[in-house]
Amino acid sequence: MKPFTELTGVVVPLDRANVDTDQIIPKQYLKSIRRTGFGDNLFDAWRYLDEGRIGLTQNERRINHDFVLNQPRYQGASILLARRNFGCGSSREHAVWALEEYGLRCVIAPSFADIFFNNCFNNGVLPIVLDENIVDDLFREVAAEPGYELHVDLPAQEVVTPSGARFGFDIEPGRKHRLLHGLDDVGITLQQVATIKDFEARHQARQPWLFGALQGD
Amino acid sequence: MAGQTLYDKIWDAHLVMERDDGTGLIYIDRQLLHEVTSPQAFEGLKLAGRKPWRIDANLATPDHNVPTVNREQGIDGIEDETSRIQVVTLDDNCRTYGIRQFDIRDRRQGIVHVVGPEQGATLPGMTIVCGDSHTSTHGAFAALAQGVGTSEVEHVLATQCLVQRKTRNMRIQAHGRLPDGVTAKDLILAIIARLGTAGGTGYTFEYAGEAFEQLSMEGRMTVCNMSIEAGARAGLIAVDDRTIEYLRGRPFAPKGALWEQAEAYWRTLHSDPDAVFDREFEIDAAALEPQVTWGTSPEMGVGVNGLVPDPAGFDEPSRAESARHALTYMDLEPGTPIRSIELDKIFIGSCTNARIEDLRSAAKVVKGRKVAGNIKQALVVPGSGLVRQQAEDEGLAQIFMDAGFEWRAPGCSMCLAMNADRLESGERCASTSNRNFEGRQGHGGRTHLVSPAMAAAAAIAGHFTDVREMLEDA
Repeated sequence: MKPFTELTGVVVPLDRANVDTDQIIPKQYLKSIRRTGFGDNLFDAWRYLDEGRIGLTQNERRINHDFVLNQPRYQGASILLARRNFGCGSSREHAVWALEEYGLRCVIAPSFADIFFNNCFNNGVLPIVLDENIVDDLFREVAAEPGYELHVDLPAQEVVTPSGARFGFDIEPGRKHRLLHGLDDVGITLQQVATIKDFEARHQARQPWLFGALQGD
Repeated sequence: MAGQTLYDKIWDAHLVMERDDGTGLIYIDRQLLHEVTSPQAFEGLKLAGRKPWRIDANLATPDHNVPTVNREQGIDGIEDETSRIQVVTLDDNCRTYGIRQFDIRDRRQGIVHVVGPEQGATLPGMTIVCGDSHTSTHGAFAALAQGVGTSEVEHVLATQCLVQRKTRNMRIQAHGRLPDGVTAKDLILAIIARLGTAGGTGYTFEYAGEAFEQLSMEGRMTVCNMSIEAGARAGLIAVDDRTIEYLRGRPFAPKGALWEQAEAYWRTLHSDPDAVFDREFEIDAAALEPQVTWGTSPEMGVGVNGLVPDPAGFDEPSRAESARHALTYMDLEPGTPIRSIELDKIFIGSCTNARIEDLRSAAKVVKGRKVAGNIKQALVVPGSGLVRQQAEDEGLAQIFMDAGFEWRAPGCSMCLAMNADRLESGERCASTSNRNFEGRQGHGGRTHLVSPAMAAAAAIAGHFTDVREMLEDA
């Protein structure tokens, strides 16, 4: 996992509430058994006018030039500005894989759906919750200024605008640490093998029917 | 000190340790696996040189990609190559690690959230995860069941634990009994319409009150299944006699003395009378009518005798904007009576509504009638091979086929259209599934969520209609 420390980048605004993970990456791409190859199909049904399928290249698709991601001023964006309840619906981690591979390493929104929010941290993507009024202001600023960039400072937990306004954000210390160092949660948990084994033995003594029942026919 | 909620009890019983940052390491009793969200987790495990922590905690079955025809051909019956690779990959991973799987040829194969309870692999008080957001289904058995991402699937495979912050508690009380012809699906759709699609974010729901107590286990699964559509990762219902009776004798349920011991524990799985919830939400179940969604979010629903709303009447600008987008996509005008909306396809199936009770309820409406001429396709896709067998034994399959429905083999099918069952662009469907998102059932397809009885009624009428009137005529 790539570490995340500081990021300065172009902001692309997606002015819709309740963007679900089916929109972020449609179902046909979930047939892949890999973690990569999703970037070109991020927001597929909005980004292209035709229906996509695995194996089609971008050259074979009809581009929807009205969609924000396709507008010249937002090319190279690395920060997505979104509305409330971003990432709702399906648990598909492919949604985060697609965002990350496209180059969007930070999503700013007034709120996120739980599973999507969790999935971000496992892929080096930083979801930032800012107050709805602040997000409204950011949407206005982005619209007003082509090439608008934000600076995201994870160590300081701040989003800084071009005019120098600073907005603090919350993040769980464990998640911050993992993002800063690009650490995988499994490795951290496996440092607790003895504690887990102890717990497991007590758990089995209390609820023995939970163990072994799936073996045999 | 105030009493504990059901969620608090299950959390405490599985808390391995509290971490420094206030999150908990939670022990997971059961992981359900399917072909779509597990391949990258197994690959991650392999690349790191790790092995699954506890093989017997896992149960697998392919469901998202499997075709609902040509199943006698097994894997060879999957025409789409990428789908076939995914199903084969699940086979390979299960074989490599010795994980119990009901494969594509097994008569017990089905939608993972139908199979788990049916086999007694879902038990009260368990923690359950699956790389699928509808894992909340299993909360009907007072199991803390949650959808997780693929990295978390790998984490649970490797460590048998999940890192999580404890959620808040919300109690959803439904007073009174549901009227005849109004089902568990209508109840949960009405709750989502009122709470909103993010109303439950950060909460675990506990469904309580007379209406939920009166529901069968199948009905309770329908309710818990859609908790995630209100933003809650998990929804719970306390153990009662119905829970116990449903599980007795299931293949993986404990037997003999172990059953006695388990049952005694399971009967403690309810919130204490003095438990305090962070939020209370109440609804009058007795006043509900059958529900139909009109938009592209499960919260966009209304009673069947209502009208497509006018976004101009919404007080919040962002909600009005979402509604306008939705109506454009759905090709609906404000003020249109729901009953006048004509359909192209009917889908009865999914982890929400493909259990035996759902099929009985639809068959009761369909019996002796014919699918309307304007309906291009009406599908019934049972939730598992065992549900399919039972429906055939009860004569339900024949009722559907006589009416003009197609009787298919089990899988997720047109709920998300990863297999060949799908809507074409512009087609409108009455669906018993759980999501009406843009393109969910096929690129450009339009989905209206309803109960099985309402989908059956729409199939017969060719447009939405109040199923209660058909039940009176029957």
